[in-house]
Amino acid sequence: MELLYILCVPILAAAGSLIPGARILAPGITLISSMSVLILSFQTALRVTTTKEVIAIPDWIACDSFGALILVLVALVGFAAAIFSWGYIDKIRETRDGIIVRPYYALFNLFLASMLAVPLLSQVALVWIAVELTTLLSVFLVSFASTPEALEAAWKYVVLTCMGASIALLGILMLYWGMMSVDSHEPFTWAGLTMASSKMSPALLDTAFFFILIGFGAKVGLVPLHTWLPDAHSQAPSPICALLSGVETTVVLYAIMRLSPLFPGISGASTGMWLVIFGLVSTGAAALLLIQAKDYKRLFAFSTVEHMGIILVAVGVGGYGAHFGAMLQIVGHSLAKALCFFAAGMTLLVTGNRDIGSIRGLIRTSPMAGFFLIVGGLGIAGAPPLAIFLSELSILKAGLASGRYLVTGLLALFIVIAFSGILFKINHMVFGKPTMTLKTNLPATCVVAVIIVTLPVILFGVYIPGTVYDLLRLAAYSIGR
Amino acid sequence: MFDPATITVMLVKLNALAGGLFLLTAFGLVATRQVFACLRIYVGQALLLAFSAILLGVLYGSVHLFFVAAITLAVKCILIPRTLRRTVGQDIYARREISQTLNVPMSLLIAVAIAFVAYAVAAPLLTISTGPNASINLPIGIAGLFLGAYTVTVRREAIPQLLGILAMENGAFFAGVAIAPDLSLIAELAAAFDVLIIALVMGLQTRKIYKYIGTTAVGEMTSLREE
Repeated sequence: MELLYILCVPILAAAGSLIPGARILAPGITLISSMSVLILSFQTALRVTTTKEVIAIPDWIACDSFGALILVLVALVGFAAAIFSWGYIDKIRETRDGIIVRPYYALFNLFLASMLAVPLLSQVALVWIAVELTTLLSVFLVSFASTPEALEAAWKYVVLTCMGASIALLGILMLYWGMMSVDSHEPFTWAGLTMASSKMSPALLDTAFFFILIGFGAKVGLVPLHTWLPDAHSQAPSPICALLSGVETTVVLYAIMRLSPLFPGISGASTGMWLVIFGLVSTGAAALLLIQAKDYKRLFAFSTVEHMGIILVAVGVGGYGAHFGAMLQIVGHSLAKALCFFAAGMTLLVTGNRDIGSIRGLIRTSPMAGFFLIVGGLGIAGAPPLAIFLSELSILKAGLASGRYLVTGLLALFIVIAFSGILFKINHMVFGKPTMTLKTNLPATCVVAVIIVTLPVILFGVYIPGTVYDLLRLAAYSIGR
Repeated sequence: MFDPATITVMLVKLNALAGGLFLLTAFGLVATRQVFACLRIYVGQALLLAFSAILLGVLYGSVHLFFVAAITLAVKCILIPRTLRRTVGQDIYARREISQTLNVPMSLLIAVAIAFVAYAVAAPLLTISTGPNASINLPIGIAGLFLGAYTVTVRREAIPQLLGILAMENGAFFAGVAIAPDLSLIAELAAAFDVLIIALVMGLQTRKIYKYIGTTAVGEMTSLREE
């Protein structure tokens, strides 16, 4: 039952946020709704660790370990973003007229609902629709500021991701065709597909996979289809950036990773090769592009492309070790990226400047923004002992263990380039002689939100609680075969 | 008078005709300059998709495909043109695209090459084909998909780009009616609804761009790029 509630609550909250009334109403409803979704998700995840799968409607709505992992991440980042929005959007409204708050929260809730739907839906065709809805519901959030840049970013975003979605649609229809052609009477769900896949023609499977990888890859930000990503992820309001970069990409990546059990021995198959190639190219290109980023939000956006690449490589390398690393990387990246964008949003509030070069000594001007920016930078770059360090290490270890020395070597090189690129820029911004004066004080809600995502980033680096470990382990098993 | 075999052959041939015309409309979208004419071509393409769905519905004896045809007609031939006119406004419709990224003969040549590529992609899959219909609809559907993508890249105006995306989706479904005739109805309905939302969202976005920037030549917006 809780799965149905998880889907219904944000939709109701979206309707509720549109009710005209006190200024506190819309953010308040959003906050309560996202908190209840978070509690329900935790409950689901707990049940999944004992029962393997929670089923609401058989063959339609269910949640297994991998789904639960994504669900909790979306709910957690969504909750933090709802808190962050409260103070942040209020501050923005003070500085600019014509900003209407109610539609923002309505769309925020709907966007959250669409992302929560992806891991909960079992039918592959419906997952496609949910993925497409995540784009369509977030377009107006990206163009929220209505500046020429934001409008351009939103247009690129919707055009490229919708193109990708059509391509993925054909891939999914092909998978269905394959299932019918082997007279499978399984329903068209992830599980049914996995069951039928051993009988399906390899040529068809490969082509369908390629279409889906390209199609959804456009939304994940794989190079060379990434061009919209730094624009959209830098122009949107910061809480939305945290959702877009932290969980939306992850949710789509989940849909791609779900296909991996269709290809037994993925590392040897051509699909594994494609994953590794796309992953490495994305990681490498993003690492080089983020070195020359001048806007710190773009810097973090490129780092998203880099991390998506790393996760794809891990899935392509295959094996339990790499899959476990990929799962941990997904968790670490979602939370650390949300932290980064929250910190970037705070920096933008206190400085009013997006340019890396003209910000110095942030830690003196605004100790809070400076501190979280440096923690976020360390967290996302993968400095020990934070969560991403652990996951990157286990992916590299698994790569070496499977004898893929060239792949692992290149991956390590790109990670190091990105590491130094990010930290060099953050260091420049945070330390040194202050150049600017404080423009405004930070709202308390922003600080609360950033603390919520900072705690697990630090904690998971040194200690993974038993339940979380079980969930990661089960999820890693579920995408292997 | 007509024995079933003759009727079947006739229907297959009619479907092939629909396929040929479908491909033609995909080319038309690449080359047409008038925004309004583009919309008409898109509606024609959707009609052909519905026509093919009906033919295949008769051939496969599947009531399901009749529903698909009905949904397609309702959403793509009636609701989408209406939504666009409502959201975008007449003045943008009447527009003529002054310059495309490539001139028309050149882009048509490339479009022909793309159609061949689509056939090459489809050919290996047709070995598991279940009849003559998939071998018409799959390559033409893939070609429609690719040509739609190409339309988006060469066009600069917002509405033709949007129609290119919708045409891609048409292409995917043109293949879909032949290869996945009994996909669950909920998925079909949701997909049609989804297309409508694409039209609505991008239409509103176009109007917003027109309001704040004063142009709909989205291809010329280049303030965001790497230095």
